[in-house]
Amino acid sequence: MKIAGFFLLLAGWALVVATLALLGSAPARTGFVLAGIGVEIVGMILVVRSHLPVREDRG
Amino acid sequence: MTSSGVGVSETASALCFVLVLLVPFAIVGLALINTGLGRSRSAAHSMMASLMAVAVAALVYFAVGFSWQGFAGGPTHAISLGGKAWNWIAAEPFFMRGLQFDSSPSSLIAPLQIFGVGLATLIPLGAGADRWRLGAICASTALLAGFTHPLFANWIWGGGWLSQLGANYGLGRGFVDAGGSSSIQVVGGLTALSLAWILGPRRGKYSAVGMPAAVPGHNAVLVAMGCFLATVGWCGLNSAGTILFAHGEAARCILVTLNTLLAGASAGLTAAAITKVRFGKPDASLTVNGWIGGLVASSAGCAFIKPAAAVLVGIIAGALVTFAVEWLEFELKVDDPGGSISVHAVSGIWGVLAVGIVAHFPSSMPGADSGQWLAQVIGIATLIGFVLPMTYGLNWLLNRVYPQRVDIEGERQGMDLHELGADAYPDFVTHADEFIQR
Repeated sequence: MKIAGFFLLLAGWALVVATLALLGSAPARTGFVLAGIGVEIVGMILVVRSHLPVREDRG
Repeated sequence: MTSSGVGVSETASALCFVLVLLVPFAIVGLALINTGLGRSRSAAHSMMASLMAVAVAALVYFAVGFSWQGFAGGPTHAISLGGKAWNWIAAEPFFMRGLQFDSSPSSLIAPLQIFGVGLATLIPLGAGADRWRLGAICASTALLAGFTHPLFANWIWGGGWLSQLGANYGLGRGFVDAGGSSSIQVVGGLTALSLAWILGPRRGKYSAVGMPAAVPGHNAVLVAMGCFLATVGWCGLNSAGTILFAHGEAARCILVTLNTLLAGASAGLTAAAITKVRFGKPDASLTVNGWIGGLVASSAGCAFIKPAAAVLVGIIAGALVTFAVEWLEFELKVDDPGGSISVHAVSGIWGVLAVGIVAHFPSSMPGADSGQWLAQVIGIATLIGFVLPMTYGLNWLLNRVYPQRVDIEGERQGMDLHELGADAYPDFVTHADEFIQR
């Protein structure tokens, strides 16, 4: 889960950078930058969850 | 034309040099805050680690860091993407051999950045307090000062691709950060988060069911003193950054100083008010952390926001710090004794975003009037999507070859005795463990 999370962080950033290089129109650029940030948020959630300690009361 | 390609007047250079000399107060302030918020049995270790970190940062930045950060108009490596040149790392000679030590901006950037990177390296110390080994601190500091910080600093201050977003893609003035909310504070804060994850919580911090135990700081006086000193240093850092990185005129330093003070003060008061309402009494450590959070948030836009907006930035930063500290400790189980992640990463990101919302740029500053918020958001995406994985990966690899966490005996005994052989307060019995026969 941790590796997948960091992969998604990098993938989201790559999407942001690729958007700048490939898209010309402002609305499309804005949309894809926000989509990249969305991917980063999913990655961050995975990274955070992978670092949560396993609680003993969960069995 | 000076060697930096962007000239400043002799008066501005002289003022800038004086301002640079104020920045060590921020370093001292942060060191005192980290020490005061840690345990008494690790106090000497904390101050020693701060000294070592600043020393390592200065030498490594001198050797390689500056050559990779560079300055606007200096030699750089660029790649072409979509027909635009993207400067991604500077190509200065190592050991600052390309610098002329005159009054040019590039020669002033060198000492400012040595202090700036020193400040950045103290941020993770707050998160790793009471369990991070001295040798590992030096090694991790070398990575931060030698590569992580210079790379991002090049992108925003060295003429790199983030600063070019305005010229290349019409996004406002490109990514703007006058005083280092991103390159110093967020980079340091994300490194602190990485290290808190890698080191794990202090022994006894969390119960078996995940409930955190309160481990209060040992000296509120040191913490408050550090806050006052840091405020002076921040005024110097933000003002010097405005002249050297945002190309502001010397007179703008008055506005910068006012904004810095207002943001810090309003953030501190906000944190005090929130803790008073929630816990019945204002919390000293959270108030100080809130104040520092306001200073951190003020850095990015200090030169381009009105004083009323600085108050707003500070209020939001103070509230963010207060809730982020609790959220990290209770929900995410991240043990951050100094509150470094909340103060520097969370507030820093807010400060960067605030530039895109409340900043007003002078008409003399080249760039478009729209799209500034998107440039700032792209910078934040780069910090979280690139800098965090990179700094985590570097410190994870370091931990594999050179374990960063002290052993169980060292943590029980205290870092002072275990690593330095002497307590910070030898005349006083300050904790029960000292009764245990060694």
